Amino acid sequence: MTQTIGAAHPEPPTIDQLGRLSFRQRRFTKSRQSQRIAAVWMVTPAAALMLVFIIIPIVLTFVLAFTNAKLISPTGPRFVGFDNFARLFGDPIFWKSLRNTLLFAVFVVPIQAGLALVLALLINVKIRGVNFFRTVYFLPVVTSMVVVSLLWKFLYQPDGLINNFLAVFGIDGPDWLGNPNTAMISILIMSVWQGVGFHMVIWLSGLQTIPQDMYEAGAIDGANNWQRFRYLTWPALRQTRTFILITITIQAFALFTQIQVMTEGGPLDSTSTIVFQAVRTGFDLQQTGYASALSLVFFILVLVVSLVQRFLTRDKDVKK
Amino acid sequence: MSQTLTPVADPAAPPAPRGPGAGRTVLRYLVRFLLVLVFALPLLFMLVSSFKPDTQIFGDLGSIDAFLPVGEVSLANYTAVFERVPFWRFMMNSILLSVLTVGLGLFVNSMCAFALARLRFRGQGLILGVILATLIVPFETLALPLLWWVNLLPYFDGSTGWLDTYEVQFIPFIANAFSIYLFYQYFDSIPRELDEAAKVDGAGWFTIYRKVIMPLSGPAVATVAILTFLPSWNQYLWPLMAVQTESLRPVMVGIDYFSQLTTNWGQIMAYASLITVPVLVLFIAFQRSFINSIASSGVKG
Repeated sequence: MTQTIGAAHPEPPTIDQLGRLSFRQRRFTKSRQSQRIAAVWMVTPAAALMLVFIIIPIVLTFVLAFTNAKLISPTGPRFVGFDNFARLFGDPIFWKSLRNTLLFAVFVVPIQAGLALVLALLINVKIRGVNFFRTVYFLPVVTSMVVVSLLWKFLYQPDGLINNFLAVFGIDGPDWLGNPNTAMISILIMSVWQGVGFHMVIWLSGLQTIPQDMYEAGAIDGANNWQRFRYLTWPALRQTRTFILITITIQAFALFTQIQVMTEGGPLDSTSTIVFQAVRTGFDLQQTGYASALSLVFFILVLVVSLVQRFLTRDKDVKK
Repeated sequence: MSQTLTPVADPAAPPAPRGPGAGRTVLRYLVRFLLVLVFALPLLFMLVSSFKPDTQIFGDLGSIDAFLPVGEVSLANYTAVFERVPFWRFMMNSILLSVLTVGLGLFVNSMCAFALARLRFRGQGLILGVILATLIVPFETLALPLLWWVNLLPYFDGSTGWLDTYEVQFIPFIANAFSIYLFYQYFDSIPRELDEAAKVDGAGWFTIYRKVIMPLSGPAVATVAILTFLPSWNQYLWPLMAVQTESLRPVMVGIDYFSQLTTNWGQIMAYASLITVPVLVLFIAFQRSFINSIASSGVKG
């Protein structure tokens, strides 16, 4: 993919002994010039928009984190050094939010990735109705997280559908969202329900790149289903696996909508997260500088996961 | 990108001689069907409840009636939604914002990707590198600095600050690194002889982009359209912060606001159904494109 990018630019046209450009060279120069002009027109709209709305804000995250910037303020931001971070690290709600965010990620990543793989294996077979199953498992993915959160807030009511269902089996269900011990678990279950179909499709596209004859060879060797999965399917899914683990982890770190709609961080801050706190401080309290420091912590989490994952997969490439 | 996701491999099934018995077939379907219930029943419950008064919704919770349109079924909840909030205004806002984000995004991003993939110019590698580097930065990282920043930008009427406008809801999302990346990959796979042939016929670069390359890029356009439509329709965090005026709100902020106005679950379910069912119908109608788009987003790794 990158082969054309770094390619050396052709030499500028040389002038022949007669002091004129040859026909070929002239055509070449004209083509180079027209390419340059066309490129400027074509790249500028996207590049300018990205500069203003993505690149400058990224830089601002790093800059504002060291200032006392306020969202609406008559005076400009002032450099305050590490004050925001000192306040952050001294704030028990920050540590609780960080802990909640990390715990959520630690549990949601294996659960969602694992269930998605199970679903993908279930629909990667030649049986009638596979299309129907795939479509239904995917329905929550095209449903907005705001709608899903409101719907499940209703399902999770102490006298709601879920507890009525549990009562059929004689189980006395908890006050799911009202109890600090179950609130995060409730949000986790719902998040998996909403997102698992997405990763099912990613696994499925990975499964379908595995050549059929590999399985035929496996069958001749007398491999059973588990052996075939363990020694053929699983190693072949390495790239897909990396992608899925990274995307779920980053999504988990960014946990916000569910919290905002369902619990607003409660009860007793048991569901407060990093991004939720960033919005709380940066928008509700208008403390942009402090919120930028929180955003920076979030970004570092994302960066560390991406780099660790990249490092691990590089390493395996070398060993192989 | 153009791969279809019909099953080709069958790792779970035993080889031919030992075909599945009747019991095994029943088990296979039972597992898959139970999962259908897990994913479909909550959505069915949402839709069915939207037609019932709250007393009946709660009365039906203990039985299968919770999923059936039985008893006192009416459109009263829907009428109440339309009376209490300017629902159609929210809906028009969301449709307009999605169409603008997707439409302008397709144009701007494909054009940029075309230049990066098929032209040669100074700074090309740097621009592509910077665009790809921004892919690892989630929107949540820059949302709050962006909020502060757009408030300082000059606005079109000469004043300062973009907060509380239509523009702030879609202009920041037109240029999209991932869309550029998908287009770039696709354009890179189209043979360059086509450009040469068109040039011999006297076509300029813009004509080649519009008349030669774009008509060949249907699958990439569909993928980018779908992958940018869903997030714009579902926009929540950004408009929640950037827009205060009721008449500018999109549907997702609207339902959050509506749910705080009422304690009537039937009405919330009615609003939820109104903004969910159209997307579900679109998905079912174009499911192959939807699924393939999501699958091709996996190439990112």
